[in-house]
Amino acid sequence: MDKEEFISELKTIVTPYTQEPEALDHISEDTDFIKDLKINSANLVDVVLDVEEKFGIEIDNDAMARMLTVRAAIEIIEDKLAASGRE
Amino acid sequence: MDKRVVITGLGVVSPNGTDLAQFRHAIRNGISGIRHDPQLEKLLFSCQIAGKPVIDDERLQQYFSPLELRGLQSTGIVYGVIAGMDAWKNAGLEPAAPDGTPYWECGSVFGTGTSGIDKFREAIYKVDDLQIRKLGSTVVAQTMNSGVSAYLSGKLGLGNQISTNSSACATGVESILMAYERIKSGKATLMLAGSTSDSGAYIWGGFDAMKICPYQYNDQPEKGCRPMSASARGFVPGSGAGAVVLETLESALGRGARIYAEVLGGHVNSGGQRGSGTMTAPNNEGVQRCITMAIKEAGIGSGDIDVINGHLTATSKDVTEIRNWAAAMARQGGAFPYINSLKGMIGHCISAAGSIESVASVLQLSEGFISPNINCEDLHPAIAQLVDPKRIPTACMEHDFNILAKASFGFGDINACIIFKKYQHG
Repeated sequence: MDKEEFISELKTIVTPYTQEPEALDHISEDTDFIKDLKINSANLVDVVLDVEEKFGIEIDNDAMARMLTVRAAIEIIEDKLAASGRE
Repeated sequence: MDKRVVITGLGVVSPNGTDLAQFRHAIRNGISGIRHDPQLEKLLFSCQIAGKPVIDDERLQQYFSPLELRGLQSTGIVYGVIAGMDAWKNAGLEPAAPDGTPYWECGSVFGTGTSGIDKFREAIYKVDDLQIRKLGSTVVAQTMNSGVSAYLSGKLGLGNQISTNSSACATGVESILMAYERIKSGKATLMLAGSTSDSGAYIWGGFDAMKICPYQYNDQPEKGCRPMSASARGFVPGSGAGAVVLETLESALGRGARIYAEVLGGHVNSGGQRGSGTMTAPNNEGVQRCITMAIKEAGIGSGDIDVINGHLTATSKDVTEIRNWAAAMARQGGAFPYINSLKGMIGHCISAAGSIESVASVLQLSEGFISPNINCEDLHPAIAQLVDPKRIPTACMEHDFNILAKASFGFGDINACIIFKKYQHG
């Protein structure tokens, strides 16, 4: 999966949580979930659960705390997929 | 000086009508909201009938965002938010602008007995299954008792006191009285008051286990709840929510609001589980005292009460309740006020009972009718000895009247009585 595909998947996942839907049009690796997409911080755990379900991975507490931007999310997903022998 | 307090908005989600217009039509025409419940049958309940409001997805989407609807399993919050927002709109009010300041002078007391019991059940199973990390973010908001008032204050932008009261089946009347007190004492200008109750097996199971719900009417649900009748066999469980907007008379007149009724006063107390009182039975002295104190606090005489909307759940305690009203007011036979119970149509909506029945009471008062006591064609002989049967109408009566007393009584030997008066315009 390339970066564009990851971003597209993440965009689908965060759509119900964002309070700034227009910002989704410019979503990129630099997008910050809270600052740019105005996602309620309490909902970040729901985003993580949805990511886990979509990619069939488990995200530990440390990774979860780091997962504040699209770039960080992609890195974490790639790491977890690699660790489980999938790419 | 104490403020006069009036009711300017009504909202309701009842088993026999999920908005004010449907509800008015139902209570005028004696339409039952009690139906067979497949879940209760499947789970081997003795009583397999219940009063459960039907809310479709389209309606839900008018009150909740797609995000809020994900995993939303608290029926009590659903009913309470719909009834509360409907009452707000009915009062001619708008939510505070999302990017503006809250309404500092407006608050809410919205009661419930439990919150989100189905969500709680799901969470407990997940925790025990070592899936704590998969609970998601809304378990607390859906299962905290104050969830319903928290959702409402957020949607409407209320900035005064926001609280959830809980006093068993007296909850709804108590919430209105608490809001009334806050306005009367000058601490708020306007309050949204009401109560809600979850649906389903996990909330009703405890009552079924106590054998206080009827098992004889599973094949004729609409006949199952029979307040004041000789054939009453127990209360049918129900659910829903009722809501009223209360405000100072000054505020209502100032903004040209429609005034449904004035709250003259009321009283809440407990029999202390002494004398005849227990966890489940009333101390009669406490009940009578609650009624006489309500009359006194309202500044009226017991002869001024035209209509009573009773608690009257369709158990053997109905006779006891009538005796208490008769003793407290010193009125009997043809001198007894008209009296009705809504529970024949909707069952006993537990923590929502007092507020749904208060909405019905205020409608009857403001529009001049007395809703029928359905399933009471065989009036209990002990009640007929105390009250002229003509005072217990079994068909809807068009009747202009001035003062209605509404009472609710609850587990824990708790009593609440409120006095509503028709508002004379001009």
